[in-house]
Amino acid sequence: MRTLRRPTHRAAPGAVGRRGAAGLGRLFGPVRDARGMAKWVLWIGLGITVLFIVLAVFAPLVAPYDFDQYRNAEGIRFGKQAPPSAAHLFGTNVLSTDVLSRVIFGSRTALTVVVIAVVFALAVGLPLGLISGYFGHKLDRVLVLVMDALFAFPYLLLAIVIAFLLSETIGRGVMSAAVAIAVVYIPQYFRVVRNHVISVREEPYVEAARALGARPRTIIVRYVLFNVIQTVPVIATLNAADAILTLAALGFLGYGIQPTDAAEWGYDIQRAIADAGSGIWWTGLWPGVAIVLLVTGLTLLGEGLNDVLNPVLRRRRIERVDLPSREARVLEPGGEA
Amino acid sequence: MAKQSTSLRTYALTRLGLALPMVLLLLTLVFILMRVAPGDPISAALGGRLPAEELARRRAAAGYDRSLVVQYFDYLGDVARGDFGQTISDNRSVTGLIVQNGAATLELTLVAMLIAVGVGTLVGLVSGRLRDTPADAAGRLFGIVIYAAPIFFLGFLAQLVFGKWLGLLPTSGRASPVVVFTMDSPTNLFIVDALIGGDMEALGDVLRHLVMPATTLGLVIGGVFIRLVRVNVLQTLQGDYVEAARARGVRERHVVFRHAFKNALVPVITVMGLQFALLLSGAILTEQTFNWPGLGSELVRYLDNRDYIAVQGIITFVALVVVVVSMLIDLINAWVDPRVRYA
Amino acid sequence: MGPEPALSLRGLRVWYGTIRGAVRAVDGVSLDIRAGETVGLVGESGCGKSTLGRGIMGLLPEGAVMDGEVWFGGRNLVGLPPKQLRRMRGPQMGLIFQEPMTRLDPLMRIEDHFTETVKTHEPGIDDHEIRRRSLEALGRMGIPPTRFRQYPHEFSGGMRQRIMIALVLVLQPSLVIADEPTTALDVIVEAQILAILADLKRNFDTALLLISHNLGIVAESCDRLAVMYAGKIVEEGPTVSVFAEPAHPYTRELLRSVISLKTTGLHYIPGAPPDLIDPPRGCRFHPRCPDAMRVCVRDPIEQRLDGRRVLCWLHGPASEIPEGGIDPLQRDRISIADEA
Repeated sequence: MRTLRRPTHRAAPGAVGRRGAAGLGRLFGPVRDARGMAKWVLWIGLGITVLFIVLAVFAPLVAPYDFDQYRNAEGIRFGKQAPPSAAHLFGTNVLSTDVLSRVIFGSRTALTVVVIAVVFALAVGLPLGLISGYFGHKLDRVLVLVMDALFAFPYLLLAIVIAFLLSETIGRGVMSAAVAIAVVYIPQYFRVVRNHVISVREEPYVEAARALGARPRTIIVRYVLFNVIQTVPVIATLNAADAILTLAALGFLGYGIQPTDAAEWGYDIQRAIADAGSGIWWTGLWPGVAIVLLVTGLTLLGEGLNDVLNPVLRRRRIERVDLPSREARVLEPGGEA
Repeated sequence: MAKQSTSLRTYALTRLGLALPMVLLLLTLVFILMRVAPGDPISAALGGRLPAEELARRRAAAGYDRSLVVQYFDYLGDVARGDFGQTISDNRSVTGLIVQNGAATLELTLVAMLIAVGVGTLVGLVSGRLRDTPADAAGRLFGIVIYAAPIFFLGFLAQLVFGKWLGLLPTSGRASPVVVFTMDSPTNLFIVDALIGGDMEALGDVLRHLVMPATTLGLVIGGVFIRLVRVNVLQTLQGDYVEAARARGVRERHVVFRHAFKNALVPVITVMGLQFALLLSGAILTEQTFNWPGLGSELVRYLDNRDYIAVQGIITFVALVVVVVSMLIDLINAWVDPRVRYA
Repeated sequence: MGPEPALSLRGLRVWYGTIRGAVRAVDGVSLDIRAGETVGLVGESGCGKSTLGRGIMGLLPEGAVMDGEVWFGGRNLVGLPPKQLRRMRGPQMGLIFQEPMTRLDPLMRIEDHFTETVKTHEPGIDDHEIRRRSLEALGRMGIPPTRFRQYPHEFSGGMRQRIMIALVLVLQPSLVIADEPTTALDVIVEAQILAILADLKRNFDTALLLISHNLGIVAESCDRLAVMYAGKIVEEGPTVSVFAEPAHPYTRELLRSVISLKTTGLHYIPGAPPDLIDPPRGCRFHPRCPDAMRVCVRDPIEQRLDGRRVLCWLHGPASEIPEGGIDPLQRDRISIADEA
């Protein structure tokens, strides 16, 4: 006899008393159940992302040389714009630095800046969205107008101007790049959180809590926040993917990290454009591929999570059914079918 | 309760009313950004190069010694009159610079948008219809990867492959120097000018210069459309009116094209409006990559020269354009989808 | 006997595949509907009524399998090529849906909906004729010609349902399946719709299958009534006699649960509807049945008693019941988990 598998238990939305575990726990069930393409997408995205995290964290150990190193231990200069070879797997660039090392250290730069930027944007956008969505009225209207205006503006223009202004005031570096990027994404977090809060706010269980006399702070934190937090992993991941592109764009235009401070992929490609005319392909290809890979990985991870968690798009797996023949269902004297 | 259809005109007026606060907000934002920088535009640009009294004189002449509030209202007034002033570094009329380089950017972005919508909707429709097949996976992956590729990276590859190795296409500028020199350019939209002048050779040259930048930008933006159109197709195919049509025996072909696809494409127009800002951002990068003399490359140039008057003028212009375009998109949307016409 | 029934189901099964196993939404249903007759199909949510309706029309989603016999127009619809089935939908059989708000294409005018429907099945027809027939169908529903060119969102829910019905009837099918046609509408509109359906029977001799969980409208509109539980029809017969003397305990409990002005205490059937993937052994209602006997763990055999059918051991056949079979069934209290 076939045993019946218990269906994955779904907690009541924002169940009181269950802390973060409920939020994360709701992630793992659907992830385990994911089938078909959604599963592939999720795991490939995760794999790529983890790879880059490892590269970033262990950069000094993994990279053959330092990111601005232009000569070896004996003091002999590396070749300038040398094609890929055994000593330099990805070749060298116009400053005689090793491309492979710069790519690896570039991942460290990218992930550092992006993590700071996302955390910062979340720290500002999430609370603002929560408050605005829950309390509504004038405050909400003003905030929405401001955020919409920011959102409508071309993001790169905004990032450039802010990065530029910050570099004039607090100097170029990881912080000014991260802040410039964060400002661009705050409206997005605000919007998503606010919309989610508004829909949750109207849910019967929130109304019930209000009727029971719960303080707004309690309702916001225990009910609304825990429901909204569910959407954060997906948004943050997709956001991080976008932020990498923004950082690279800033680097390309020259408003990003100081080249002497760290390796940055966008900046390297900008240097490489001049090389294209001479047919030198390795200085631009590898940083570019790194960007494409990391952004794709993060996007796949985000989309995979979304596919798996979002019930609207989730497609129930269709199993084959074999109708048993009618003879087999004839009643036996013992009552067994 | 039956709702009667609001006329398009009423909707347009309402929409206009909503746009004004947005414009004001954006202009205020621009003003704040430009004044946050240390000092005023003149000191910033010419600070090290002029003696102190000359600097002070120019500042007073331009009105930068007055209170910020006064300067703010001055700025608003100027914008209303369309007066963006003169650039500090090379004493050009900012309005003139906007018109000239703006046309170049316009040409680039229009063609890129056409490519983006074309490629995006096509792949998106096919992908959505053939859900979960290899074709769908390929389409989705293409959309993701192409968006993940920075424009300047694609530009680099394009220049390498089509410029250097295959030698097919030029890698910088809007047209060959000869054409730029000899062609009459009343509208500054080279394609239009070439057509007006009946100069087919110039037209060919201009188009050859446009192909790589526009396609690079268009493909990247197209990636966004693929995702959107696909999701829409999936949702409309599951829709109740689709099932009802099938229940009436309507042919599957008609169900898919007439009902599902048509409804799936309605939001595309809105998205085009939303992507416009993205397009402008991309244009900056494209112009830098291909040496396209548009507003984006001018912005970078003037910014590096600390020419804040020019920068302010360009950004103000962009803000205004964004609001106008977004309004236009809303109007077109209301025209296409009769449900939209009441607020 | 009487004339040939318009629709005849024999042993119909519709199963869906899921990760946990096959859902036996419809598990051996037999039913006849004659021309001009309205047959009601009642049951709780999730008992398989809607699936049955869709199965007859050939509108099952991907992954569902169907076997058995559906005799209509002299042919067995089960196994018919989809193209032929499609051609029958509209001119020969129609389906009225539950939720009218979203059933019309928002970008198409009402006129376009009609043109599409009619032209699909009668391609040669001219526009004038299409317009005439459409307006006539709409007119019978109380929709004025002035609104013919309006868009769906300009109509209320009740009017949209009437438009939907007009769309179904414009080609005058001989079989109409109405799947909870009034559930989403208010009582006044409900009365109008029921009047329209009654009119169908009188003037067009349409065979109507009315699917509903609302016993009230079924009592009012249906000649005969079939009660469905867990994918099977447990009782079937003329509405009046089923209501007056329900033969099956489930029917009896259902009728008792209906609230009227005389109700002083709420009556409900304990337990929850059974899991269609792994239904109870034997009679599917026995875990919740107040009259369950020991023999009820075996599959009951369908009995006929004066014009009615019932699937219950209470009505025999006595010859099949073993010694001690009619003793009450000992069972544990229904666990709380089952209620969840």
